Amino acid sequence: MAKHNITMTINGESVSAEVDSRLLLVHFIRENLDMTGTHIGCDTSSCGACTILIDGKSVKSCTYLAVRADGANITTIEGIAADGTNHPLQKAFHDQHGLHCGFCTPGMIMRSIDLLETNPNPTEEEIRWGISGNLCRCTGYNNIVKSVQQAAEEMSKEKEATV
Amino acid sequence: MFSCKTSPEVGGMGHSVKRKEDARFLHGKGKYTDDVKLPGMLSMVMVRSPYAYAKIKSIDKEKALAIPGVLAVITGEDLAQYNLHWMPTLLSDSQMVLPTDTVMHQSQEVCAVIATDRYIAVDGAEAVDVQYEPMKAIVNPYKALEEDAPLLRPDKEGQKDNHIYHWERGEREKTDAAIAAADVVVKERIHLPRIHVASIETCGIVASYDKDTEKMLIYLTSQAPHAIRTILALVAGHVGLSEEKIRIIAPDIGGGFGGKVPVYPGYVVAIAASFLIGKPVKWIEDRSENLINGFARDYHMDCELAATKDGKIQAFKVSTLADHGYTDSSANPSKYPTGMFSICTGSYDYEHAFAELDAVYTNKAPGGVAYRCSFRVTEAVHAIERMVDKLAAEIGKDPAQLRFENFIKKEQFPYASPLGWSYDSGDYKATLEKAMEMIGYDDYKKEQAEKRAQGKLMGIGICTFTEVVGAGPSKDFDILGIAMFDSAEIRVHPTGKALARFGTKSQGQGHETTYAQILAEELGIPYTDIEIDEGDTDTAPYGLGTYASRSTPTAGAAAAIAARKLKDKGKKIAAHLLEVSEDDIEWEVGKYFVKGAPEKSKTIQEVAFAAYTNIPPGMEPGFEATHYYDPPNLTFPNGAYICVVEVEEETGAIDVKRFVAIDDCGNIINPMIVEGQVHGGLTQGIAPAMYEGIVYDDEGNVLNGTLMDYLVPTAVESPHWETGHTITPSPHHPLGAKGVAESPTVGAPPAIANAIIDALYPLGIKHLDIPITPDKVWEAIQESKAKA
Repeated sequence: MAKHNITMTINGESVSAEVDSRLLLVHFIRENLDMTGTHIGCDTSSCGACTILIDGKSVKSCTYLAVRADGANITTIEGIAADGTNHPLQKAFHDQHGLHCGFCTPGMIMRSIDLLETNPNPTEEEIRWGISGNLCRCTGYNNIVKSVQQAAEEMSKEKEATV
Repeated sequence: MFSCKTSPEVGGMGHSVKRKEDARFLHGKGKYTDDVKLPGMLSMVMVRSPYAYAKIKSIDKEKALAIPGVLAVITGEDLAQYNLHWMPTLLSDSQMVLPTDTVMHQSQEVCAVIATDRYIAVDGAEAVDVQYEPMKAIVNPYKALEEDAPLLRPDKEGQKDNHIYHWERGEREKTDAAIAAADVVVKERIHLPRIHVASIETCGIVASYDKDTEKMLIYLTSQAPHAIRTILALVAGHVGLSEEKIRIIAPDIGGGFGGKVPVYPGYVVAIAASFLIGKPVKWIEDRSENLINGFARDYHMDCELAATKDGKIQAFKVSTLADHGYTDSSANPSKYPTGMFSICTGSYDYEHAFAELDAVYTNKAPGGVAYRCSFRVTEAVHAIERMVDKLAAEIGKDPAQLRFENFIKKEQFPYASPLGWSYDSGDYKATLEKAMEMIGYDDYKKEQAEKRAQGKLMGIGICTFTEVVGAGPSKDFDILGIAMFDSAEIRVHPTGKALARFGTKSQGQGHETTYAQILAEELGIPYTDIEIDEGDTDTAPYGLGTYASRSTPTAGAAAAIAARKLKDKGKKIAAHLLEVSEDDIEWEVGKYFVKGAPEKSKTIQEVAFAAYTNIPPGMEPGFEATHYYDPPNLTFPNGAYICVVEVEEETGAIDVKRFVAIDDCGNIINPMIVEGQVHGGLTQGIAPAMYEGIVYDDEGNVLNGTLMDYLVPTAVESPHWETGHTITPSPHHPLGAKGVAESPTVGAPPAIANAIIDALYPLGIKHLDIPITPDKVWEAIQESKAKA
């Protein structure tokens, strides 16, 4: 198995490693880096539990090779609560009861960060389509939609305040 | 309406306090089984059968063992040396751990490869050379019962055909006579197909045997860790795994829904491998393994409902064929092989009913998981609710009106059902009235009439169901003889903060919050000061676990009673501190006071401190209490769900316009959590109604074994749910609570099916089996047009 030296930034910290060419990014993050917040649910990019941000865009890391992430800037669920303060989406999921078992939650939040980046003021329908690549088996989605709506409002208020 | 006795800060019953458990999940710090990493841990991957039915001619391990990092390939022959190649199922059938000669379903475990990491284990699994001699699989359960069908289980002594058991309840002759004499009889064969729980986390285990201490530490995705430990000890005690040497920790669980109750062969092989190798072994299912190797439902029900011509229901009869796959490993209490299927008489008052069921072996995966329903209530409710709608259509009566005329009345409770249950309480009329009012039933009826006049297809579907949860009273309910009680143990520390442990195990239901709220209600200690602990068999009191909506009815009751024991001890301490007689002490939430002198009082925190520092003479120190709760009866939540759909005639596309769910689950602990459970259950109800079903071809191949083709609803398929509740407390539950989480999964499918069939009724379509997909609707429309 060919080995590759890769370097990337994860949650603001630089990491380097020698990895097999076939190693999946999700395994690299979970097992090599011991960041287990990114989950594996389906192995086929269908459930979205493994969603992370690569250079700001949401990506399903269960079907993404670690070598392909060489040089990338990666954010996982462990890296979004800045200075111990919850990200607005973390706060909103808590406020709106947007999680039950919590297994899909990291992927759902990482996907929603990208969604609100590209569409800061989405309608309910846009939110539903926006998170349709992420499965939740517990909540029935109503409260996830409400969570994203609350975060969208708070984030746009924050933006207005900083302008 | 239930009113809150405690302040929001105390957070007792009725407060929508936010969940205590959320922070770790939101920060990616939840600890699920796959997150467990132990020093020297090995990885296990299963080699699985590509055939549904085949003889194993040979298993060649050589190439696999030649791969650096592959340590072992374990076969059925290897386990047979320890008599561990077969295991008992929860219902006293037998299931292969690994086969020695024949595979019985596609994707059955054939052997296990143990390696230093998962990638190498997968390489090893690829390299194992298994030679098979395929045989003709039996896929159709009716064909499995034909005389010339090959015998699938020759290993079972005395087994002469593929019939597993016959079960019946009620009076056959009287029911038949009532049906024969009735003005109107509607009949239908209803099939509820195989579906899968599809929790987003699959099943898994980390087994770690320490040869020096002889202790087996197991991290397991288990809804019932205590019961599993006992069963493990009963099965493997002969090799040294006795109960006190086994510790099972069920860590955070990523959804259970019943699928994490059974014991899967992978668990047993991983335990055996760790025992033999002396190192930790991890096995985590992949999604296909999870989807293909377990199932729920798969009931073929022949139903007959008899009534007078003006719609008084007189009798119900249902004969069912249950396809159990190659072994009966369904999760049901021992004395109820079909679980609580006999709730099939529904919410209606009539005298005659008869239910019977025959179970059969086929070449499919074993299972029969009671998927988010209390042991087969989903099937029961689907049968009666489809038939009641069919009767309404047959006699031309509004389905709501027909229900009102047949409901068990509020004053008839406790109600003895014709199939033997004693329903505790309910006000079905109020629940349906509330649902009709909330959705605007009369307006929709008018709109429907107008649309029908224009040739458009619009349907309104109702389901009014009675659930039966809280298993259960030990006189009736056990798993392999272990009585189905549950437990709570409270320790209040000297400073008035508490730790409470339970025999149940949350898989997302929010136990850390709701149990703390129950204790806050009973003791007045703020819920934020109470830590809840579950799932570790070394520390938690014995209990039967979380499934069948039993946590609040059993462990919730145990918590209340344990708290009341504590409160009684506290009363004695308060009397001692206040220097009055115990009879002079009164209680209000969080405080003991002297009768007639409320200024003379001691808080529960002061009393707790005194329990360790200043107790009455002769009293045992400490402030702890435990209760094992054996309920006197089950609890019977109910609900009324109404769904409005539009169907596009040209394409068969179905649009769910509205869905209103009114649930009555008795007194509510946390309304926010109850609403969340209802939302989730409704989405798991629309799933089998419109999308999900495991599809087999004639050879027994599963055609949709990944989430790319097994359609779990996304946020787009899931409608905006509208919910509400009525409250009829359970008269026998210490908190008046009933349990709710499975009601929506039970109630939603027939409401949706009834709505779609109501829409199609003008075309002469009177029944469709779920999942009712657009192509099924389109085909039915084409057929009806061809006939016309």
